[in-house]
Amino acid sequence: MLMKIMKWIHSAAHDSATQPVFIKGDISMPDLLTLMLAQKGTLLADGATGTNLFNMGLMSGDAPEMWNEEHPEKIAALYKGAVDAGSDIFLTNSFGANASRLKLHDAGHRAFELSKIAAEIGREVADAAGSTVIVAGSVGPTGEIMEPVGTLKHADAVEMFHETAAGLKAGGADIAWLETISAAEEFRAAAEGFALADMAWVGTMSFDTAGRTMMGVTSKDMAALVASLPNPPVAFGANCGTGASDLLRTVQGFVATGTEIPIVAKGNAGIPKYHDGHIHYDGTPELMADYAALARDSGATIIGGCCGTMPDHLRLMREALDTRPRQSAPTLDAIVSALGPFSSDSDGTDGGGPPARRKRGGRSRAA
Amino acid sequence: MSEEDDIILSELDDEELVQQMFDDLYDGLKEEIEEGVNILLERGWAPYDILTKALVGGMTIVGADFRDGILFVPEVLLAANAMKGGMFILKPLLAETGAPRVGKMVIGTVKGDIHDIGKNLVAMMMEGAGFEVVDLGINNPVENYLEAMEAEGPDIVGMSALLTTTMPYMKVVIDTMVEKGIRDDYIVLVGGAPLNEEFGKAIGADAYCRDAAVAVETAKEFVARKHNQMSA
Repeated sequence: MLMKIMKWIHSAAHDSATQPVFIKGDISMPDLLTLMLAQKGTLLADGATGTNLFNMGLMSGDAPEMWNEEHPEKIAALYKGAVDAGSDIFLTNSFGANASRLKLHDAGHRAFELSKIAAEIGREVADAAGSTVIVAGSVGPTGEIMEPVGTLKHADAVEMFHETAAGLKAGGADIAWLETISAAEEFRAAAEGFALADMAWVGTMSFDTAGRTMMGVTSKDMAALVASLPNPPVAFGANCGTGASDLLRTVQGFVATGTEIPIVAKGNAGIPKYHDGHIHYDGTPELMADYAALARDSGATIIGGCCGTMPDHLRLMREALDTRPRQSAPTLDAIVSALGPFSSDSDGTDGGGPPARRKRGGRSRAA
Repeated sequence: MSEEDDIILSELDDEELVQQMFDDLYDGLKEEIEEGVNILLERGWAPYDILTKALVGGMTIVGADFRDGILFVPEVLLAANAMKGGMFILKPLLAETGAPRVGKMVIGTVKGDIHDIGKNLVAMMMEGAGFEVVDLGINNPVENYLEAMEAEGPDIVGMSALLTTTMPYMKVVIDTMVEKGIRDDYIVLVGGAPLNEEFGKAIGADAYCRDAAVAVETAKEFVARKHNQMSA
């Protein structure tokens, strides 16, 4: 597979004087992200969406997706901020553009449309960039709990994800990018939605609870989940969560499973603090540059930030990835000394952590 | 499911039964919890004792293992659902017998936030700890909180937000309470994944609660403090 890609890039590079031109719509061709990875080895993704939009005047409680229509110039500026800072990939402003979440703003019926506009603005910015930049259509969680624990039915979730993905595709997104997922059921439903929309995709989960997702999924669980899908993602990994240290431990957990699927690291720029009416994340650009290099050394090949990561952070991350020599994977101690302590002693993959107070499944259900 | 694993609840003595109910809550077995509650009622237990000794006792264990990263949201939701089954039987009886009230809480996710998983957990765990909970649901503008404070007279106002884009709205609610001169009449607790203690302080909340178990502990502590102040 890799040889095929390399050959393809080789011939594509010959067709163009300056850089490979990727022709869309050829089904025998691998997706753009796979091609770029094969070409560059490591890719820089983007940073925060919400934090950046706040700085542009988004009011708390309002749906960021409405700005695709009301303030397209600001959304273009958001994307351009990442591109100008050196990102190879940016995510569209469509995180909450699913029927379940838009319902809250009386726009439940507009998931397709708002996703499409988010991608259209992205397409324009990427096409004007002067080099290949991937438009990744952001797809966030539905916000509901799926059956059997919750009430959202699998088929309904698939339909919502399909609708959002179809909108992103219609708007010109190169790939769908599922993020901040905590439940395996929802990850599976999204994969099915992407298959229906016939889109290549990337999927990341948020490991924010003692090294696991809110629903208890470990890095090892996620690697197994990804491998079990009929249409596996082009890359998978972790985004958001607690801090940069935890995120790198999760990345190393993925690597330890021996997965051959590229790994994504998209951590927050420190932790949120409140200053004079707005949220500020305390991670400096210098810290995020260290994080980017350590993420690469840990085995991630697609590296970006999440909440609090601004263009200034991205610039130094770009520089770090371009200039710092590759090192062997950092030990957990080295991660702590560079980026700060972990939020929990164990991430659930080492059999460590405190013992349960009671044994689960203590008895069978009485007939 | 082999037969030897089957446990006949009615054959257990009181102490064994309560221990078994702890296990059944931990496993989220709703029907078994309902059966256990009914057996204790038949044996003449006061509804309040069943609530505090069997249900709250069991949920405290669930809460501690949730806090320590041993149990996760799916298990806790199942446990809380089992407890709700027991509470459904006990609630009318508690009202009839005039059982003491631990405290009352009004809770909701703030404007723009649909993510109510954490809020629901807190509501369930608070009920599990004997609090009366008025759930305002999702997407609450400041007016909803103010109306509920007026109508319900809670001890505690709880606000939840999952998103960076919605968490600052908590400050809007607290600022409005300050403007109206009612801030100090209530205990304000905030929570949600992107928050932290410093954020809670900065926006003027009484406390940030990391998870549902911590919310219960914090609520108990603040209500006790409030009662002490009133009797002093």
